[in-house]
Amino acid sequence: MIVRTANLSLYYHKFQALKNVNVGIKRNLITGIIGPSGCGKSTLLRVFNRMNELIEGARITGSVLIDEEDIYSPTHDLILLRKRVGMVFQRPNAFPLSIFDNIAYGPRVWNISDRKTLQEIVERSLHAVDLFDDLKDRLNDSALLLSAEKQQRLCIARLLAVEPEILLMDEPCSALDPIATGKIEELMIELKKKYTIVIVTHNMQQAARIADDVGFMLLGELVEFDTAKKVFTDPRDKRTFDYISGRFG
Amino acid sequence: MKDKIAEKVLLFIALSAILSLALITFFIFQQGIPLIFKAGLANFFSVKWAPTRAGFGILSMIVGSLMVTIGALAVGVPFGLAGAIFLAEFSSKAIQKTLKPVIELLAGIPSVVYGFIGIVILVPFIRNTFGGPGFSVLAASIILGIMILPTIVSISYDALRAVPSTYREGSYAVGATKWQTVVMLLIPAARSGIVAGIILGMGRAIGETMAVIMIAGNALKIPGSILDSVRTLTSTIALELGYAAGDHRAALFACGSILFFIIIILNIIAIRITGRK
Repeated sequence: MIVRTANLSLYYHKFQALKNVNVGIKRNLITGIIGPSGCGKSTLLRVFNRMNELIEGARITGSVLIDEEDIYSPTHDLILLRKRVGMVFQRPNAFPLSIFDNIAYGPRVWNISDRKTLQEIVERSLHAVDLFDDLKDRLNDSALLLSAEKQQRLCIARLLAVEPEILLMDEPCSALDPIATGKIEELMIELKKKYTIVIVTHNMQQAARIADDVGFMLLGELVEFDTAKKVFTDPRDKRTFDYISGRFG
Repeated sequence: MKDKIAEKVLLFIALSAILSLALITFFIFQQGIPLIFKAGLANFFSVKWAPTRAGFGILSMIVGSLMVTIGALAVGVPFGLAGAIFLAEFSSKAIQKTLKPVIELLAGIPSVVYGFIGIVILVPFIRNTFGGPGFSVLAASIILGIMILPTIVSISYDALRAVPSTYREGSYAVGATKWQTVVMLLIPAARSGIVAGIILGMGRAIGETMAVIMIAGNALKIPGSILDSVRTLTSTIALELGYAAGDHRAALFACGSILFFIIIILNIIAIRITGRK
């Protein structure tokens, strides 16, 4: 168990977005979180790297432990946490910089300025997302010229450059076409050998294809959490069954 | 039918703005340019300004204008940029809502009031602290620097706010602090807007007249230090046009042409930079 929550609730001012969530994420697996819009699945994801703190009025009760350490304790280093727990967003957010500078961004944040080291990191990260052969001669081009799929790969490479342990993915394929989606899914399966991945997805088939564990959320509640096989073939809760069989959602 | 009439009326009004710009441009150049050729470029770009005795050298005024403009930027850019960064990234909504209009209000203060404050407070302060006459490049730079603040702050602020918040999130997601995000990502991303703000501020500084006349000292020479008095192109026009006649008057229009030319170039650069995204 690399990430664990205990009686986690989250409020935006008076609105309760997460209700008493207890979830355990296992190392080197892909954990999928599914549920209809507004069920709190992105909110849950953003708890794990404390990205929710950017939203005014957000506060949590309960605890979130990574390697049994409370990441919300006042002594916990937020910046180190963000390095350990990387995040990929719904829309590819490649920076308006060159391809090289996009990937070197993280290492530079962490005070690596030696050109040779940066070059190595950039190459290694591009290899990891299978972009190196494609882009090796265009490292100085603007990243914004790439296709959406390549931009999303680049964003993943940007995270890998700071050597995280956990990758949070917030509907990473929602802006991509089916072929690009398939390629990113293959990449995720490749990445789980080295990283722990938590993916929020709208797309149940996607969760079924790639996730090892699946959590189903509804109205801020974690209704069911089990292996993907169990959730999709033999759910315990009637609401899960109704959702996966398409009764609502 | 009513729509058609309204459209025509609005078109006429819009065109009249362009027409007046064209007429002003034509008039200034028509009055000024012939003198430049009559006097010869060597005379025109010399330091000898004796327009009643065929000395039409405006070099010291060009230098004067450039010095106070650069000085104004040296004061206005750091403060303006810092202010914009604070407002856009480090302050609450409530502070933004109060501070930004207050800063923009600075633009509404008449320039004669700035000049007045300069004479009463700044000039004696410089004279007593650093020596010299007090009426100086330094005094003009500081006052102009404050006068261009609203331009730089509000345009840079808008440029920073226009950077999508997904960039900020992406930066925080690799562990960047707020300050690193500003320096490494937001400023480069907002660069075109920030540069445009600086150039527009520059245009305002180089064109300012009243405040500069009141505090720059208006001595007709190339200043040796920032504590010396200086005279700008705009000051010369304003001070001398009342009694100038003949070639002298034409020489002032020539000054105007040069000034106009500099400002047009600055604006074209600003438009180019903001247009290129």
